[in-house]
Amino acid sequence: MSAVWATVLALALATAALKLVGPLFLGGRALPPTAISIVGLLASALLAALVVVETFGQGRSLVLDARALGVAFAALALRFRLPLTVAVLGAAAVTAVARALF
Amino acid sequence: MPDRAESAEVRLRAGIRRGLPFGLAVFLIALSYGVLARPVMGTVAPIVMSVIVFSGSAQLGSLAILAAGGGAGAAIIAGVLLNARYLAMGLALAPSLRGRAVARAAFAMTIVDASWAAASAGDGTFDPWYMVGVTVPQYPGWVLGTVIGVFAGKALGHPSSLGLDALFPAFFLALLFEEVRGRRKRVAAAGGAGIALALTPLAPAGLPILAAAAAAILASRMRP
Repeated sequence: MSAVWATVLALALATAALKLVGPLFLGGRALPPTAISIVGLLASALLAALVVVETFGQGRSLVLDARALGVAFAALALRFRLPLTVAVLGAAAVTAVARALF
Repeated sequence: MPDRAESAEVRLRAGIRRGLPFGLAVFLIALSYGVLARPVMGTVAPIVMSVIVFSGSAQLGSLAILAAGGGAGAAIIAGVLLNARYLAMGLALAPSLRGRAVARAAFAMTIVDASWAAASAGDGTFDPWYMVGVTVPQYPGWVLGTVIGVFAGKALGHPSSLGLDALFPAFFLALLFEEVRGRRKRVAAAGGAGIALALTPLAPAGLPILAAAAAAILASRMRP
């Protein structure tokens, strides 16, 4: 099997397994209160991590490039309560223009 | 998010409405994935991957390694690390799921970042039907975007010249904006971002994002 197909199949199985472990083995049992308060904060921590890694990461180095301008535009748009599609498409447009200019 | 006392159908429909703009955003991200994947993976494998993996971070992350000449082992490890957050998300969701194992598994398979975050009530519980609804527009958006990206890639040009690589962080930022309410969530977000930035030069892809979960543990120690 080629490396490409091995990657496709292994990641399909692994992704399903990661999603299923909690719901299958924890069942409908309640988490202890400390765990519940951690869970309520997980989305904020993970989403913020994804934002900075996808904005500044390039392999293992941190870079400041046109993406940062695009994401800054998205932040402004969201701050002024513009719709998600405007923020996201605007981020791409600003990044594209910045790349074309510099 | 509708009241939990509403019927499953009402909550599902509300989720679908909520998920429509997400569907457009992931369509565009998948478009750039398809364009980038074709020269490395051919035409069939990227589409099959979108159908059976359905995860932007793992697909784009493993593609980056294959494109750089890395082997399957490295690509798989990167993809697993990038998706390791699903383990945390599944554990968080589990107590909100009722019914038999098959039903719980079916709900769990619809976990994606946007839906999981949208269905979080903020008190540690989730609305599973709402989560399914938010995923419904995203799945065809993801698969269709990949198909068009693979076949129309040459006409579109290079995704980075269109700024498509900024779509992914901007999309997550939009989710973050809706999620962060209150001091503890702001601390968790700032801490998560700091941990991820600090670890990016030191750890393999994916691990910095998983490690950011530690910020949630620290923030949970604060008074609300």
